[in-house]
Amino acid sequence: MFLLKPINHIGQYTLFLGQTLRKPEKWNVFGRNILAEIDKVGVDSLGIVTLISLFVGAVITIQTANNLDNPFIPTYTVGFAARECIILEFSPTIICLVLAGKVGSNISSEIGTMRITEQIDALDIMGVNSAGYLAAPKIIAMIISVPLLVIYSIAIGIYGGYLAGKFTGLVPPDDFIYGIHFSLKPHYIPYSLFKSTIFGFIIASISSYCGYYTKGGALEVGKSSTTAVVISSIVILMFNLVITQLILS
Amino acid sequence: MIEAQGVVKIFGGRTILHGIDATFETGKTNLIIGKSGSGKTVLLKSLVGLYDIDGGDIHYDGRSTISLNRKQKDQLRREVGMLFQGSALFDSKTVEENVRFPLDMFTDMSLEERRERANFCLQRVNIINSNHLYPSEISGGMQKRVAIARAIALNPKYLFCDEPNSGLDPVTASVIDELISEITKEYGITTIMNTHDMNSVFSIGEKIIFISEGNKAWEGSSDTIVDSGCQQLEEFIHTTRNIVKHLK
Repeated sequence: MFLLKPINHIGQYTLFLGQTLRKPEKWNVFGRNILAEIDKVGVDSLGIVTLISLFVGAVITIQTANNLDNPFIPTYTVGFAARECIILEFSPTIICLVLAGKVGSNISSEIGTMRITEQIDALDIMGVNSAGYLAAPKIIAMIISVPLLVIYSIAIGIYGGYLAGKFTGLVPPDDFIYGIHFSLKPHYIPYSLFKSTIFGFIIASISSYCGYYTKGGALEVGKSSTTAVVISSIVILMFNLVITQLILS
Repeated sequence: MIEAQGVVKIFGGRTILHGIDATFETGKTNLIIGKSGSGKTVLLKSLVGLYDIDGGDIHYDGRSTISLNRKQKDQLRREVGMLFQGSALFDSKTVEENVRFPLDMFTDMSLEERRERANFCLQRVNIINSNHLYPSEISGGMQKRVAIARAIALNPKYLFCDEPNSGLDPVTASVIDELISEITKEYGITTIMNTHDMNSVFSIGEKIIFISEGNKAWEGSSDTIVDSGCQQLEEFIHTTRNIVKHLK
């Protein structure tokens, strides 16, 4: 019996996605909405992504350098390890978990408020496909924005590591840069971008779903928002495991 | 004309509407009245298609809604305007953008034509020089008038109003009532309004349906409502009158 509720939600989520992916009423309105959402979910997230990437990149470098005190291990290994951590895990996964909190809760509360104030009913009455009108531009905007944010985060994270190594004197800049280039596996980048695209879809679709089916009042909007962040984060972590196993193993 | 035939609505095993039959006439302000919790909002939302009915049928000028496919339903909805209890204006859009929204979505008019039509509708409801304001920046009465302007933007055949004057002062409520009544006559719309305000009943009610515990208890006009012979309706009217007398 305890499985009934999750199965019910999965079914309802699938139907919601079906409704979302229907042909838009007006393509130019749809296009404008996508651009507005890219601005909201992508451009507005640049600040937080910069800050987190810079500091975490720096911390990864310092911690790696402090733990590799064996004289037989060359210092460029620090740059190498920082690059691997940032490209493989930090930028695609941790940044997406941060975005699940920032963007996911925003999407859910926005759509949830529209639900409880009957704005979604107003769209339905007009004959507008409300799920498509509200959720589809957000999903597409996230699919476009998140990989770009991840590329940006990788660059800033590595730069943060470089600065930390240079100013603490733990890793000489030339060694760090050598480590960054050392044994680079080019397929790690598409793997990272593929993962982040899937995570972007997960964040936008689950958050939209939670908001769209909000029932009640302001309290429930808050609950939907929390649920959206928690479920998105769990699903991201699960998919992270599955994708990593499928692609890298 | 909208006809409800044996409309049944069940929520979680509890029957809210017990087979309601009613006819709502074209060019008239049809009112659904009843106590809170009597099922009038459920009836209105079932009529407009926001709730799927569990029994019976609803006909819009002879078109049975249960036999329509999704495309036909979407088409029918473009002939419908609705005024919600809380206005339901889009927070992120200005007054003008709200009124222009149905035109943006469903017409091939140029931006100039859409703006012209939106301004015409806004002027019709006496909203002037507020096009650039957001819903949060205008009063409740103005929000209701903007919502009426949005509802009539596509020249609807059917207008649904869910307690349009709730939360408004009596003077503004009366203005909204008059506006709905005027628009109904002017455009020959089938208007269905849900209310428990007896002022609305006596001032604009042309056809009245009284709902009690999910059943249609009485049907008539504002001229015959006082001598309805329906005990529940008389209790409803007398309670309202006693409150007014007490206030006097």
